[in-house]
Amino acid sequence: MTLTVSMTVNGKAVSRDVEPRTLLVHLLREHLGLTGTHVGCDTSQCGACVVHVDGRSVKSCTMLAAQADGASVTTIEGLAAADGTLHPMQEAFRNNHGLQCGFCTPGMVMSAVDLVRTNPDPSEHEVRTWLEGNICRCTGYHNIVKAVLEAARTMRQPAAAE
Amino acid sequence: MYAFDYTRPASVADAVAALRSAEDGKLLAGGMTLLATMKQRLAQPSHLIDLRAVPGLSGIARDGATLTIGATTTHAAVADSGEVRAAIPALAHLASQIGDAQVRNCGTIGGSVANDDPTADYPAAVLGLGATVVTDRRRIAADDYFQGLFETALEEDEVITAVSFPVPARAGYAKFPNPASRYAVVGVFVAAVGGAVRVAVTGAGQSGVFRVAAMEQALAASFTPEAIADIAVPAGGLNGDIHASAEYRAHLVGVMARRAVAAAIG
Ligand SMILES: Cc1cc2nc3c(=O)[nH]c(=O)nc-3n(C[C@H](O)[C@H](O)[C@H](O)COP(=O)(O)OP(=O)(O)OC[C@H]3O[C@@H](n4cnc5c(N)ncnc54)[C@H](O)[C@@H]3O)c2cc1C
Ligand code: FES
Ligand code: FES
Repeated sequence: MTLTVSMTVNGKAVSRDVEPRTLLVHLLREHLGLTGTHVGCDTSQCGACVVHVDGRSVKSCTMLAAQADGASVTTIEGLAAADGTLHPMQEAFRNNHGLQCGFCTPGMVMSAVDLVRTNPDPSEHEVRTWLEGNICRCTGYHNIVKAVLEAARTMRQPAAAE
Repeated sequence: MYAFDYTRPASVADAVAALRSAEDGKLLAGGMTLLATMKQRLAQPSHLIDLRAVPGLSGIARDGATLTIGATTTHAAVADSGEVRAAIPALAHLASQIGDAQVRNCGTIGGSVANDDPTADYPAAVLGLGATVVTDRRRIAADDYFQGLFETALEEDEVITAVSFPVPARAGYAKFPNPASRYAVVGVFVAAVGGAVRVAVTGAGQSGVFRVAAMEQALAASFTPEAIADIAVPAGGLNGDIHASAEYRAHLVGVMARRAVAAAIG
């Protein structure tokens, strides 16, 4: 069985023929060449694959491409501005050395952006709790948490950050 | 993942018909359990019947003393709902403690209640509040619904459409989460509801969620943590695994029950 799925990915309309079992992450990586979204586990636990579907963070390794039919999807490639200016969350990860090998980073960043959407002024504890579903083998999380807190501050006061 | 056919029915009746005509069809809600299991090749359904496009299955409505939550309402929607927080804050709290943010953005109450994982959170609230599981064909009382490990009263072709909760005088939930998965090592839901007290335990029982009559009686006389301080739950019939022995779980039932009562009266 083949299905045609259509969705908006990083602002562009796309349409592809896929098998029902095609996961959203495979559509993104293999059909669309968007390899910024990673796969780090097969148990839906690591969060390397987090993208936004209709504005909410989801694990693209545990969603069928067919379930995202008609949706608007944003991946790490879609976060920076058209002129290449990094999103405040990406900038904060850079400032705070919030990554080492970088494997978990796309998922961390996408998850953290969703946190700030739902909670613009999170406490350190709330950041740590929210990132429950994102596993990092390298950093020990400390600088990731610092980065998210800094980005939340910047995103609350965009003018002050200029 | 093995190959399967995929359909997206537009009504509950079509979903039931699709289940009936498929060789081994499965409903797909949030996919947080089903797709995860299929990726491990532990399940091989012939058809997935996606409930996403069925109108009217998602949403939260209060009608007097009843709060009804549609089957495909996500854990995040329940956790963030002002209606749920006002009517049954313990239920919003329970939903906010499930898995992680991304699991809560996809996972649904219907999927959780249908799956009846012995370490899942919602079964404790459904049994602890004496809720009603509403399906395409009938209403099932919580006491009749849960029938053991991953076993429920649902027929093969039955679709949960909603869960109806009575609004309690007070209720509380406390869980000791597995630090890796966040599922309950032990979770206890207590409620003073409809003139009675109910205590339901998840995570601990070898045959799934269960009630603790001795605690219910003691709390009916005095709804305080002290009232149940001396009630020991026997370790026989409880799970023992690498995360916790049966004896440790028995101890945790007491601790979580007292915390749940404290939360309910706090
Ligand atoms: C990393 C991770 C952590 C988790 N942690 C927790 C936790 O801490 N606590 C917890 O309780 N759960 C946890 N879960 C499970 C999660 O809550 C699931 O969302 C839930 O168990 C299933 O809901 P679903 O909507 O995803 O269902 P699906 O996976 O889509 O379906 C599950 C089962 O229910 C059936 N089904 C679905 N909807 C209906 C319906 N309306 N009528 C009849 N049958 C139906 C399906 O056919 C399938 O058999 C976790 C999951 C993951 C991946
Ligand atoms: S790849 Fe690990 S959660 Fe998706
Ligand atoms: S930076 Fe290496 S896994 Fe997080």
